[in-house]
Amino acid sequence: MIEAHNLTKHYGKTLAVDDLSFDVRPGSVTGFLGPNGSGKSTTMRLIMGLDAANRGHVTINGRRYADLAWPLHEVGALLEARSIHPGRTGYNHLLALAQTHGISRRRVDQVLELVGLQHVARRRVGKFSLGMGQRLGIAVAMLGDPGILLFDEPVNGLDPEGIRWVRTLLKGLAAEGRTVFVSSHLMSEMALTADDVIVIGKGRLLAHMPMREFIVHNSRSVVRVRTADDGKLAAVLGTGHEGVEVSTADDNALLVTGMDMRDVGEAAFAAGLAVHELAAEHASLEDVFMQLTQESVEYKAGTD
Amino acid sequence: MAVVDEAPVGAPVTTARPGRYGLRGVIESEWTKMRTVRSTMWTLFATVVLSLGIGALACWAVSSHWDQMTLLDRLTFDPTSQSLTGLLFGQLALGILGVLVVSAEYSTGSIRATLAAVPRRPLVVVGKALVYGAVALAVGEIVSFAAFEIGQAVLSGGPAPNSALSDPGVLRAVVGGGLYLTALGLLAVGLGWIIRHTAGGIATFVGILLILPLILAALPTSFRDAIGKFLPANIGATMTAVRQPQHAFGPWQSFGLLCAYAAVALVVGAWLLVRRDA
Repeated sequence: MIEAHNLTKHYGKTLAVDDLSFDVRPGSVTGFLGPNGSGKSTTMRLIMGLDAANRGHVTINGRRYADLAWPLHEVGALLEARSIHPGRTGYNHLLALAQTHGISRRRVDQVLELVGLQHVARRRVGKFSLGMGQRLGIAVAMLGDPGILLFDEPVNGLDPEGIRWVRTLLKGLAAEGRTVFVSSHLMSEMALTADDVIVIGKGRLLAHMPMREFIVHNSRSVVRVRTADDGKLAAVLGTGHEGVEVSTADDNALLVTGMDMRDVGEAAFAAGLAVHELAAEHASLEDVFMQLTQESVEYKAGTD
Repeated sequence: MAVVDEAPVGAPVTTARPGRYGLRGVIESEWTKMRTVRSTMWTLFATVVLSLGIGALACWAVSSHWDQMTLLDRLTFDPTSQSLTGLLFGQLALGILGVLVVSAEYSTGSIRATLAAVPRRPLVVVGKALVYGAVALAVGEIVSFAAFEIGQAVLSGGPAPNSALSDPGVLRAVVGGGLYLTALGLLAVGLGWIIRHTAGGIATFVGILLILPLILAALPTSFRDAIGKFLPANIGATMTAVRQPQHAFGPWQSFGLLCAYAAVALVVGAWLLVRRDA
């Protein structure tokens, strides 16, 4: 269980995390979404106690990270980019971390096998591919067999097979009752993996809900329509109906939200317009995410 | 500290493990980190080669030019100090290792993994200082004794006098060589924690050793005599000499002063580590 209360962090004049409160529960994968630079990595660092919050606090199983008796047994983290000396072998990197907690060499071998790096463990990390580096980072996170796992952009640099492996791993860990907190800037990836979603933009909380609810809530359907006189139809739809938005697609067809296909057809008929094309389209989750975070960017720009 | 063998990835650890991570594990970890990067071997290798090579060279130079030396130079000649001349070069390599032990963690980002495992940050400072200090002391003493023996062997082949470990003050100077290298190296570790960047840390360390004496040389003599004894470079000269230089603290006083410098650098480094974001 991770609980963040009013977390606020600025670096100089840049506000990286702005009054962020959320909790992450065990037994499910929680996706942490936001565009690059939205404060995801900063939040992860605040949870790990690597950076100190200017205001607010975050606890792990009710305690601050610095107060944990055996941090690696409680929290495992795949940190942003690489946090590994390139001249050291993968095995020795894991060993050095294991020794701080008196974790056995057998466990080091176990986690190397778990991530599929047992055959390259004696190679210098500098010679690792991006994907191998990510796998080593995941091995680090698993070292203490912790109940809480933080993964910062775990699929970055992985090939399709590696991505599938990470998805299965994350779901498996959650199914075992662990708390799994995964950041990503890819909505589509999270839609496949996460049970819950936390969306932030410019360091502010934009949404926090079950993934399914987020999808239902946000995937508004769009009706695409072309008639003999699109201008007239647009005027008709725009005046007579509450909560309807009409926009124009690249090929000049009308895109109508807030009405279903049947009502749009009826309206065209009532206006005496011949319908040339009528189709339902679904805004992709990625579009919804972009729109959601875009608004936060614009909102911030407006208040500065 | 108990060694735990967890079950294969399965249910998370629910039974609370007694106790808490501590200094012993940190020391083991720091030792592993130190011995598993190449820069450690290279800097230690350079320490040995510079200390022994330049020491032998300096003794050979005196031995072959003894007849041309002034009477004053001959009368004040200190064979022990001469054979330990190389330490003043070896100290640069050993100090660079001291800076690197810390700065490499920042340049590679591994400091985040380190502090995630050991969030009580002062423990990391203590662990690194103990491991580095032990290595520096072992290497420093070996190098100091070896440089002395090689230097005396070179001197014994010529007209210049040489000294033996049993002569008054000689053992103190040779042991002092290793102690000086260790304390100076720990000062470099402290600078590493304060500055965090390899280039900046090394520049500062080298500046303290080589630039400060140059600045001092430009000052009036009265200033020089009053301030010179506080410089680490002069402390090294005092500690490795049998014949004590003028306007200097005694060898043990000098050592105490250098230890104080190192302690201040490490304490300030630890304080900054706790205060700053990683």
